[in-house]
Amino acid sequence: MMSKNNNKSMDDVFIIGVGMTPVGEHWDRSLRELALEAMTAARDETGAMRPEALYVANMLAPALSRQSHLGALLADFSGMRGIEAVAIDAAGASGGMALRQAYLALASGMVNTAMVVGVEKTTERVTAEVEAALITSSDADYESIHGVTQTALAAMLMRRYIFEYNVPEHAFAGFSITAHANGAKNSNAMFRRPIKLDTYTRAAMVSDPINMFDAAPVADGAAAIFLARGDILPSNLPFPPVRIEASAAAISAVAVHDRPNPISFSSAEITAQGALDRAEINKDQIDFFEVHDRFSVFAALALEAAGFAAPGEGWKLAESGAIALDGQIPICTFGGSKARGDTGGATGVYQAVEAALQLQGRAGEIQVANARLGLIQSLGGTGATAATHIFSAVETL
Amino acid sequence: MTDERDERIMQPQNPVGFVGYGAYIPRYRLPAKEVARIWKGGAAGTPIDEKAVAGLDEDVITMSIEAARNALARAAINAADIRAVWVGSESHPYSVKPTSTVVAEAIGATPHTLAADWEFACKAGTEAVQAAIGFTGSGMAKYALAIGMDTAQGRPGDPLEYTAGAGGAAYILGPADESLAAVEGSYSYTTDTPDFWRRADEKYPSHGERFTGEPAYFHHITSSAQELMDALGAKPADYRFVVFHQPNTKFPQRVGKILGFTPEQLEVGLLVPRIGNVYAGSALVGLTAVLDIAEPGDRVLLVSYGSGAGSDAMSMLVTDRILESREVAPRTEDYINRRTEIDYATYSRFRGKLSK
Repeated sequence: MMSKNNNKSMDDVFIIGVGMTPVGEHWDRSLRELALEAMTAARDETGAMRPEALYVANMLAPALSRQSHLGALLADFSGMRGIEAVAIDAAGASGGMALRQAYLALASGMVNTAMVVGVEKTTERVTAEVEAALITSSDADYESIHGVTQTALAAMLMRRYIFEYNVPEHAFAGFSITAHANGAKNSNAMFRRPIKLDTYTRAAMVSDPINMFDAAPVADGAAAIFLARGDILPSNLPFPPVRIEASAAAISAVAVHDRPNPISFSSAEITAQGALDRAEINKDQIDFFEVHDRFSVFAALALEAAGFAAPGEGWKLAESGAIALDGQIPICTFGGSKARGDTGGATGVYQAVEAALQLQGRAGEIQVANARLGLIQSLGGTGATAATHIFSAVETL
Repeated sequence: MTDERDERIMQPQNPVGFVGYGAYIPRYRLPAKEVARIWKGGAAGTPIDEKAVAGLDEDVITMSIEAARNALARAAINAADIRAVWVGSESHPYSVKPTSTVVAEAIGATPHTLAADWEFACKAGTEAVQAAIGFTGSGMAKYALAIGMDTAQGRPGDPLEYTAGAGGAAYILGPADESLAAVEGSYSYTTDTPDFWRRADEKYPSHGERFTGEPAYFHHITSSAQELMDALGAKPADYRFVVFHQPNTKFPQRVGKILGFTPEQLEVGLLVPRIGNVYAGSALVGLTAVLDIAEPGDRVLLVSYGSGAGSDAMSMLVTDRILESREVAPRTEDYINRRTEIDYATYSRFRGKLSK
């Protein structure tokens, strides 16, 4: 339910602190060090409050760092013994799902303050091992057993999309160009150079038709947000809180071949519509949309699922410039997974941090003008899990 | 040289230098596009043009002997006066049985000599040179022979297969007043950085992909080169030539730029596009190409890199003796121009790719 007067209410859930590390190859830093940096930054914005609960978003630590039980590990390492803590795994949607668990706990009144930290450390292993870990998020018996990778699955989706909708060559270039244009101005982004169309068209093929610039890099990083119920908000916060207007989660078939229509993300559609309904707003009121652009075709499918484009026409928003910062529906305002870098299960928390910064007016050169309402969507696997949230700016306290 | 001695910088009690040098590069060349043709359908970008490949009857022992004979010819000394024969390589033909004893015997340096094989990935050769500087600089020996030579391994289809080449160089260290390039000082920078390795009984090495870049190659080379130049009060513009370890074309070019060297300072010693990465011989054979054309008074900076990881930096001043000595043995360029192109199938046979 959207609070029409923009004032806080007791049961509302607010983001009152955010923090993140740069995304990249952090060879000399461990999983826990990355997480601690982001958690400390988020807590610092609250005057070092101690959360009652910690929700950790991660997908690869058991496979790549031989470390599970991240809830206890990170709560302990950050000096918060005694709180409750748990790790949430929903593959690439872990970040969005961890945020949702925190939201549920706070909205229920069982917990007053919570922190969500997303962390991923991929440079522990060489690429082949990272690929093998990533594909565990797909159906092991029916998909990965054939040796397919995440990129190959996405390539099949993209190929089908191009075939079904008769999409012209390089139709997806705009997603990559926009992401890099925004990432160039985000000091925490992995890639900070804008690209031109010919950079995209000349890029090497990874898994046809996905080229180097259709696929997001998988990298290390951690992001954290501190949440609190409206009735216990501190009065002296340095930045305006951000309200969570709606939270929705859903799954679809894990295996792509089990979906009635593989080139539609039904989980994304259900949750985008559900979130808009709960917030009692329509999509045209959304000022920006943080989509999970693990692959360029995912961004097109997410835009279609949320109703910003008809099926088969999501790519046109990239071509027309509608997704640029000053466009009709800006996406990936901090560079998205393509330029900021995809941090696996932590990505959804990066998206939440970036959306909060937009709504607080702290996005600097990549600020979306007059940003009041942001849509954030976290996808896991090949769109099997979707967690979608709507954040709003708070005018006055 | 600085008046105040920097404890970390190595400068021997007695001034020493290189009194002889010799290159060896086998004649066979495998174009990188051949590797791309077999493994990538010809579509891959290639890190070099071609690499040198050892023939069926060549290995690190025979190649070391070739280079050592060239070094002896330039030094114009009696091989019996050599008190150490040290060979650095990651391709020693035997796990147990020295390469260096065979080399010592073949050149006539036995029996009054030390002999040992060195291993430190791609800097085993410069490590042997560092030791030879110390051995001769202390007065324990008048001459010592240090060699860096490799017939490098690359797993079929691995990115390293484009570059893993064969070749190297031999250097005789001795009194500075007999030298063709006097050593001004040297330095070694070492950490435990596991970027590339080959375990016992493994045929091919493993590597940590991009980890071999920033935290490995670039960090160690910039650290050692800067430390040595700072201690000597030198700056990049003081050198006419600089030679870096060269695993591919881009890395040395980029590290040169980071340190403030110009492409012209690197050009002469940058052989990797034409012979590949010859591992323990890589920086050392780049230096022979420089000495082939250097003039008296030129300063040269040599910076190696070995995975695991470490970097040796050496600063030297070319003397008048270079002019008379360099014509008495084949130049590096002569070996590079002695070229027989082979295809991937021939390469597979020469390198035993089909055998276990």
